[in-house]
Amino acid sequence: MSGVEGYMYPNEITLYWSVLIVLYPYITGLVAGAFILASLERVFRVEAVKPTYRLALLTALAFLLVAPLPLVLHLGHPFRSPEMYFTPHDTSAMAMFGYVYMWYLMAVLVFEIWLDYRRDIVLLSQSSKGMLRLIYQVMTLGSSNISERSLVIDEKVGWIVTLIGIPSAFLLHGYVGFIFGSIKANPWWSSPLMPVVFIFSAMVSGIAGVMLLYMALTKLRKEKIDMHCVDTIAMYMFYIFIIDFSLEMLDLIHRIYEADESFRSLNFMAHTKLFFSQIVLQILIGTLVPLLLLFLTQVVKFTEVVRKRIYVLCGSLILISVLAMRWNVVIGGQLFSKSFLGYTTYKMALVTREGLLVSIALTILPLFFLWALVKLLPPWPEKSADQAVAAD
Amino acid sequence: MNISRRQLLVLLPAAAVAWKSVLAGTPEDSPNYTMSDHWWGMLIDIPKCIGCGNCVRACATENDVPDGHFRTWVERYNVSDEDMTNPHVISPDGGKEGFPVAEEDGEKYFFVPKMCNHCVDSPCTQVCPVGATFIAPDGVVLVDPKYCLGCAYCVQACPYGCRYIHPQKEVADKCTLCYHRITKGLTTACCEACPTGARQLVDLKNPKDPIHEFLRTHSVQILKPQMATGAKAFYNGLDGSVR
Repeated sequence: MSGVEGYMYPNEITLYWSVLIVLYPYITGLVAGAFILASLERVFRVEAVKPTYRLALLTALAFLLVAPLPLVLHLGHPFRSPEMYFTPHDTSAMAMFGYVYMWYLMAVLVFEIWLDYRRDIVLLSQSSKGMLRLIYQVMTLGSSNISERSLVIDEKVGWIVTLIGIPSAFLLHGYVGFIFGSIKANPWWSSPLMPVVFIFSAMVSGIAGVMLLYMALTKLRKEKIDMHCVDTIAMYMFYIFIIDFSLEMLDLIHRIYEADESFRSLNFMAHTKLFFSQIVLQILIGTLVPLLLLFLTQVVKFTEVVRKRIYVLCGSLILISVLAMRWNVVIGGQLFSKSFLGYTTYKMALVTREGLLVSIALTILPLFFLWALVKLLPPWPEKSADQAVAAD
Repeated sequence: MNISRRQLLVLLPAAAVAWKSVLAGTPEDSPNYTMSDHWWGMLIDIPKCIGCGNCVRACATENDVPDGHFRTWVERYNVSDEDMTNPHVISPDGGKEGFPVAEEDGEKYFFVPKMCNHCVDSPCTQVCPVGATFIAPDGVVLVDPKYCLGCAYCVQACPYGCRYIHPQKEVADKCTLCYHRITKGLTTACCEACPTGARQLVDLKNPKDPIHEFLRTHSVQILKPQMATGAKAFYNGLDGSVR
């Protein structure tokens, strides 16, 4: 049979989790990472990253809005998906998705953004005209009190929400890792480290994503990039990436040393079918190169221009690396037989429901949402509501 | 076999009813079936399997199994003395049309029928997000096709590769142990079609079922015991190389 080497159980030849399931943890990871970056400023008082605070929140929201789409599109019966809310199966990890998602979306992210922007929304609802005015009025939710006292309350409640948001972000993405890590039938997935690896790689990718967005948008706006901010973000990214890489290497070394019955299969895959996506893309280009470059920025005094270029390169490589990691987990986990006697091939379609074009569209879609959110709720200090009102 | 006139009086109407069922194409209803009275499993006697593929064909016909997917299949193992942990396994089209003649190389060849193990602690039912797949009170693992989302999480969770997504219905599909038959007092299509009795439907709750005697007197194993799934497909004569 074409694409099959050795022996696969006959029902294993087709891969049932496609590239859409690769996107799902990737997108939720970006959400969790972006939120963690926002919490650096809000909870841990890392003032240097303040210029990215609001952008990080809006990025998290834009990606979170798209996060369920790959899952729903992948279902054989998408219209039955509400059953996960109404009749969840209490022993299923996947059944939690709806609740974790709604909790994170409504109780954490939307609430925090609303609290943070409430003053701006009220001012904009007074200064805007036409349809926009109506939208802002709806967004105030009838709460137009922006007295000093009420803003202090907003700040306090927002801090608590962010505090709750950190474990929630961990829950959101750790849970995605658990979906894979808890499958004992699949040795490529089955690992208690999986949720932890997912969380740290999520943090790295989300931080890299927001950093790149901040740099790109600032450049587009012809403003000056706050280098202190970007340096600080890069430092955190570097340290978290070290933890992430260490965990992944721990998992790898453990597998190599233990060499259980699945090892021959997994080792074969790493040397053949996953060689490019795992060894070359994920580990060499996507991890070791950015780690080395980020390390250099910590110990060598580069000029601002060089640092900017390094950060852009590292951020891009990290995003590719984490996407490759998701690919290697999801697709790699289905390429070998549970008999450990054979291997199959993933053939990605182009224009089907789970094809390449849909995947590209789903990857770009959050950026459109972000564009709309940035227009509606400008995250830039110089474009805050005060200036808007003053300009009017 | 001696049959008395009294027995004949009972058997003749029974035969007439059975013949009517055969002509009708569906067995009679069995309204007296009580799920909690049964605990179904399957005995697979490997030395008896000749790899004819009758079971695979019968299953596909009985259950309208789509091409390229299998509720049951047969594997042929070829184990050499030199590398017993790395057998050469084939299952062309699930063994539906039998197997090519084995080479006269002095190595070990044997057939292994595979199917859903109807596990007591089944990983597939554990992970289903809506409970569309479940263990019936009689121990059969079933899927409700009107409720299944088609997420394929159960396919990933099954250690034995027994599940697939039905290409037309887009829901999880698998061996039902011919539930429509066994609840009416019949055996499964695969058991019925097996010419050597290599497959036998067993009811562990029936004290008169020969399985109890068989389990006591034979060395019987399950597939992948390390998975702790409580599999109920019992294999007699299972070679250590079988995965």
